[in-house]
Order: sequence, then C-alpha cells, then structure tokens
Amino acid sequence: MVELTLPKNSKITEGKTWPRTSHATHVTEFKVYRWNPDDGQNPRVDTYNVDRADCGPMVLDALIWIKNNVDPTLTFRRSCREGVCGSCAMNIDGTNTLACTKAIDDNKAPVKIYPLPHQPVVKDLVPDLKNFYAQYSSIEPWLHTTTATPEKEWKQSHEDRAKLDGMYECILCACCSTSCPSYWWNSDRYLGPAALLQANRWVQDSRDEATGERLDNLEDPFRLYRCHTIMNCSKACPKGLNPAKEIATLKKALVDRQL
Amino acid sequence: MSGKHTNEMRTPMRRVRGLGAAHTGTGHFWHQRVTSVAGIPLTIAFVAIIVALLGRSHAAVVQILGSPIVAIIMLLFIINTVYHMWIGMQEIVLDYVHEDKLKLVTLMANTFFCFAIGLASVFAILKLSFGV
Repeated sequence: MVELTLPKNSKITEGKTWPRTSHATHVTEFKVYRWNPDDGQNPRVDTYNVDRADCGPMVLDALIWIKNNVDPTLTFRRSCREGVCGSCAMNIDGTNTLACTKAIDDNKAPVKIYPLPHQPVVKDLVPDLKNFYAQYSSIEPWLHTTTATPEKEWKQSHEDRAKLDGMYECILCACCSTSCPSYWWNSDRYLGPAALLQANRWVQDSRDEATGERLDNLEDPFRLYRCHTIMNCSKACPKGLNPAKEIATLKKALVDRQL
Repeated sequence: MSGKHTNEMRTPMRRVRGLGAAHTGTGHFWHQRVTSVAGIPLTIAFVAIIVALLGRSHAAVVQILGSPIVAIIMLLFIINTVYHMWIGMQEIVLDYVHEDKLKLVTLMANTFFCFAIGLASVFAILKLSFGV
C-alpha cells in the first residue's frame, strides 16, 4: 500500500548542532540526514557550519570538509568528483542530484541533504541500491546476437550509432528512479526510469538481434506500464538525459508491433 | 520500498524477475489513448446537448434525447467514457493498492460499478429513444 507517513523507527528527530570552527567569516549552514544502524536511534538531522573560505564550491566539497574538519563519522559515497561515476547521488535541497556537480550557492541556505528517497538506508547518506542494480541486470544490458560473431567488429552506421545518443551517457546514479512516485510505490515490480532507459538503449541498438524478446520481457502492467509520464525522472537527471522520452519510445515500439 | 521482503534469503534478482512478464498492458495503454481522443469531440457534443436541454420542459427533453442523432451521440459518449473510466481506475488501483485481497476486491468493485453505471445509462437512453 502507498506509504504517506514514515514508520515509527524512521521518523526524523532534531539532531545535534556542531560548533562552528573559529576564524570562519563566510559560513554556510548545512542540515544533513544522519542514521546509524548500530545505535538503535531514530534518524536525525545534524547542523553543520561550513567555512566557505576553506572549502571548494560544490556540495560534495562541503561534505568532505565536514568529514575532515568536524565529524569523521559522516558517511556518504563519492568517487570521481566530476559527475561521471554517479556515486554521490543524494537529495539536495529537495532534488535528487549529484553532490559533486551541484554548486553550494545554487541551493537555498541552509542546504538540506538527505539520502535518495524511498530506498532502504545503509547509513547516513548511503542508500541500499541492490534492487536498483538487479533491475538493471534484469534487462540484460549487453549485445544479444544469434548470427555468428564476425571476425572483426559488429558494424553500425553513423545514423544508427546516433540513435544511442541520450542513452549511452546514463551513469546509473539512480537520481531518476528514486525521484519517481511510481517507483516509490511499486519499486518491487516497476523497473523504473533508469532501467527502462537502459532497456531502450539495447532495443534501439541496430546490432542487437533480440529486440522482440527484449520487448516481450518489458510488456507487463508493472515492469513498464507503471510509468504515467510524471516526468520527475527527466527533471532530476543530472546528466540532462530524458528517461521519460525513452520510456515513451518503448511504449510506441510495443504499440507499433501490434498495429 | 513497497512490497514485503519477508524472505531476505532470496536474491534481489529473484525478486525482480518475480513471476515474469505478463505480456499484456499494451492493449489497455492503446485503448486509453484511443478513448481519450474519442472523448474530445464526444465530450464537446455532450456538453452542447446538455446546454441545449437547459430550461426545457420534460416532454421536450424526452423528445430531444430520444431523437436518433442525439441518442447515438449520447450512447457513444457513455460507452467511451465508462470504458476510459474502467481502465483509468484499474491503473490507479494497481498503483496504490498492494495488498492481494484488497486489490482483487477493489478491481472487481471497479468492474461491477462501471458495468452497472454504463448499462443503466445506456438503458435510459434506449428507453427514451424507443419509448417503451
């Protein structure tokens, strides 16, 4: 059933306000979601004052600054710090995005940071994405062919290659899927925008010979048709992609093959 | 995350694959679009008919609704709208109701309601039209 309130043990409580570091003149306040699986406490929101003179311009810089200078227990994922790996996806100022490509000054102060919505939390800002990755894996994101493998490469025209633009750039950060209300209510059965965009990437690939089977596996009231073009996915995508359009392309392919 | 994950020993892939794809849904998706398009002229015509009926005597209303062209437009409007409503409500139930028994009861109630309301409306128009 749809969940409009948080379970008792997930209700967020007022957290700790960490003291300012001395000498800081330009300070930005951050309110960060904290939850530790080991202490039996409810989640809380801690307040930190980041010394902007000592910190880079992005939200990820601020989180790293907090971890280095104030609170080493603050837990989050990060790796490439340039919007390529998708590790630091989180909910910043109400929108799912990458902390590394979101400028601190583009947010209302205090900057509110929560983990990606409606996923189980491992700790602090780290969501459990096992289900999300299994969904990606379930669309079998690799080339399927029955023709004997050619001696050199599978050939593709420039035009056919261009059809993959807007899809191959997806970094699987999960910002889109976890911004989708349909995914919140039905993530156990609805594949979500990220997996569906990836599915279309293989349906549209001119070299792939399993287009029909791929569409068969998507044709389902839940796997595909829970998408009601809410478009939060396209609004959230930090790479500027349009998952809603790719899902519409899949639906069109399914209509086309029966008309 | 919705749904129950009582058996945590199952792999995420087992849960995602579940019972497999139903290989349906495109029919309803397409019919929902067709009935939407058909609904545009039919709703305009329906509103025009209702406006034309305003302030008229009972006998005049019976005569207008019973005339062939008006009756056929009304029948098309009723059937199209009820079918659209049936699919739409079913979508909403699938979105929000996850408990098995409640879902089955709600889906059945939706079907019964749509059939009853549709058939009653069609019967009313036919009765006026044929004057039985």
